[in-house]
Amino acid sequence: MQVLTTDIIVVGGGGAGLRAAIAAAQIRPDARISLLSKVYPMRSHTVAAEGGAAAVTLAEDSLDAHFQDTVAGSDWLADQLVVEHFVKAAYQELVQLEHWGCPWSRKADGSIQVRRFGGMKTERTWFAADKTGFHILHTLFQTSLQYPAIQRLDEFFVLDLLVSEQQVLGVLALQLNSGELFQILAPKVILATGGAGRLFHYNTNGGIVTGDGMALAYRHGVALRDMEFVQYHPTGLPGSGILITEAARGEGGILLNKDGYRYLQDYGLGPETPLGQPKNKYMELGPRDKLSQAFWQQQQAGLTGDYQGHAVVYLDLRHLGAQKLAERLPFICELSRSYVNIDPVQQPIPIRPAVHYTMGGILTDLHGETSISGLYAIGECASVGLHGANRLGSNSLTELLVFGKAAGEHAAQSLPPTNTSQPTAANIQAQSRQLQLASLFGAKQQHSVASLRKAMTLAMEQGCGIYRDDAGMQQCRSTLLELQQQLAKLKVSDHSKVFNTELIQYLELSFGLDVALTICESALARKESRGAHQRLDPGLTQRNDQDFLQHTLAYRAADGRVALRYQPVRITSLPPAARVYGAAAKQGA
Amino acid sequence: MEKTIIIQRYNPEQDQAPSAERYQVPFDHSTSVLDALLYIQQQLDPTLAFRWSCRMAICGSCGVMVNKIPKLGCKTFLRDYPAELTISALDHFPIEKDLISDMAVFLDHLQAVKPYLINDSKNTEPHRQTPAQLKKYQKFSSCINCGLCYAACPQFGLNPEFLGPAAIVTAQRYNLDSRDQGKAQRMPQLNGKNGVWACTFVGFCADVCPKHLDPAAAVNQGKVASATDMLISIFKP
Repeated sequence: MQVLTTDIIVVGGGGAGLRAAIAAAQIRPDARISLLSKVYPMRSHTVAAEGGAAAVTLAEDSLDAHFQDTVAGSDWLADQLVVEHFVKAAYQELVQLEHWGCPWSRKADGSIQVRRFGGMKTERTWFAADKTGFHILHTLFQTSLQYPAIQRLDEFFVLDLLVSEQQVLGVLALQLNSGELFQILAPKVILATGGAGRLFHYNTNGGIVTGDGMALAYRHGVALRDMEFVQYHPTGLPGSGILITEAARGEGGILLNKDGYRYLQDYGLGPETPLGQPKNKYMELGPRDKLSQAFWQQQQAGLTGDYQGHAVVYLDLRHLGAQKLAERLPFICELSRSYVNIDPVQQPIPIRPAVHYTMGGILTDLHGETSISGLYAIGECASVGLHGANRLGSNSLTELLVFGKAAGEHAAQSLPPTNTSQPTAANIQAQSRQLQLASLFGAKQQHSVASLRKAMTLAMEQGCGIYRDDAGMQQCRSTLLELQQQLAKLKVSDHSKVFNTELIQYLELSFGLDVALTICESALARKESRGAHQRLDPGLTQRNDQDFLQHTLAYRAADGRVALRYQPVRITSLPPAARVYGAAAKQGA
Repeated sequence: MEKTIIIQRYNPEQDQAPSAERYQVPFDHSTSVLDALLYIQQQLDPTLAFRWSCRMAICGSCGVMVNKIPKLGCKTFLRDYPAELTISALDHFPIEKDLISDMAVFLDHLQAVKPYLINDSKNTEPHRQTPAQLKKYQKFSSCINCGLCYAACPQFGLNPEFLGPAAIVTAQRYNLDSRDQGKAQRMPQLNGKNGVWACTFVGFCADVCPKHLDPAAAVNQGKVASATDMLISIFKP
């Protein structure tokens, strides 16, 4: 086993990890910053974000308005102090990316163009055509290349955190192209490993989004917060789940059922807005949870169409015309033509909801630090408190930047002056993990990693989907527990060292099952409906602030089960109120 | 309906050279080459190694040769091929295992062209950049770093030191950006013997680019820029 010593380890090379590494390198050009990822950084899933990044930009907009939209969007489960901090820091972070070369879309006079997004009352979403995440990721990756302090460890998979007495000591990682184990020692470890969308069968996420970082922290006693809140994006392609951005609706796209009816007006989002005149927070620009729930209602009522065996509704962009589609939504046109053989200029796109984002994650403070000293978490793997029960589209790309920077700076500023590494404690833990790893190999068996993984994703889809009930979640939980037992008995049949993808998938599934159980247990215990967590059980279909205006904290108990605790929600200035959109919001205002 | 997928397998721990294995894979109208590889890995042989992630042609992971043409696995469909198709690792890169290529040289070349905005302004507001100025470099900013153009480039095959299409595209992306002041720092690389002049304008890179960036045009624009550079007399071919 090789041992490397460094100052800051960043695990994950997506938007948050890169932003943190750059921030640390700017403050401490003399430090050694190891950017470690299981893929090359530019493959990270930030690349697939399409729509944009939110920050108050127009004169008629205000920080308070962005704050209110985010808190109401979260169904009052966001940490209001965190939201206040976020909306203040957002604009300067997007300007910073502009200075690093991000090709933001522009108005005729050369100033920044902003677009509408769901749940936002004013246009405040910066975008780079419909490939915003791609451009943010490549801008950050290419910018990072000019900092010699940042040393990449590409295609390293983290097996475990090294921790002693609530202080992080480093990570244990597997180099994929050699199969060699590395103990990498550092007083600071920043987890930026992304979400866990791949736990579900239909999802918009890349194959790498398996919840690794969440499980790493959870196994060392850090709380996973608000895990029951999983966002379904209302517009994924049928079958694959490939994402069709919300910006398609921001530009004026409409949703139709099989009869060509704009059904959203029946679910508290109306009245119908005229074609070509999208209105913020009405109809198609309602928030994601409400839109996905409306799909489910239509499906129950038999009003959805069929695309190769998948229930679908239709996203109609035809009225935008070929020129605007080519200018504003070129990637959407390309995806639709390639993957469902539909030209959006000529025909509506069949779409259905697909899991997109995990609102919950590793509990952190405002700097991204966790309950383990020196261990940070940022981006989708973290729960800093921004999204509550439902994330608004375009808040998360900005989140990567604001909190990536905060964690990178905090870690760099608080580096210990002298070497504090505890090689002995780290080594004992690493040696024991090495033995465990060796015991995973064996002969081929009846079950495979792939078959267990599929069983998990189907169980999650069935039990923890758009609408949930007690019986379904109980069933999901017992399936997950059974799968954990089966996985423990399963052996990895590929004994090779170089790029052993079966081993990696085994480890990802082991992480994923831990995370799936926290989602299921947190959801079972939340006996109310809020944001993305909607229950069908009688008496639990409404929000219940009396009992549940609080965060769920999921801990790993000594016996391996999930133990739940609760944490009050920090409310600074916006007391809980009814969450309404469309005309109802206007009446309430 | 099934098709035969012939894969060039290679495990450095036991093989001297790649060898072909055949698999029968069911398909329908929407089955991509990536779907076929995933089927083989999940149902037939878990030891098959390949890279993939987004499955929507934006992360750039899944480049392979399909019937000797560089393709993104996720954007290439079985429906477009006859009953048999052959898949191998990208040409011109060392093979690490099965369909996984060693991309280190690609990343070195990318880094060599200083692929970042060079501008010392301390302004706290965004630069102005008109849609026309954006358009000048926008296409070249869409490179997904998949490496297909390197697998297509005969010059890179002969001389791995050649910067290659994607790195030159990216250099041009910054050189053409109205906010950038770094062109003079990039020109020595572009002018050098492994820069634009090493390209013989075969143009295959442009044919295989999954984002239709026309790297050949970027290289040629680079030649014009290079030719007008004061170093022309030294680097004339």
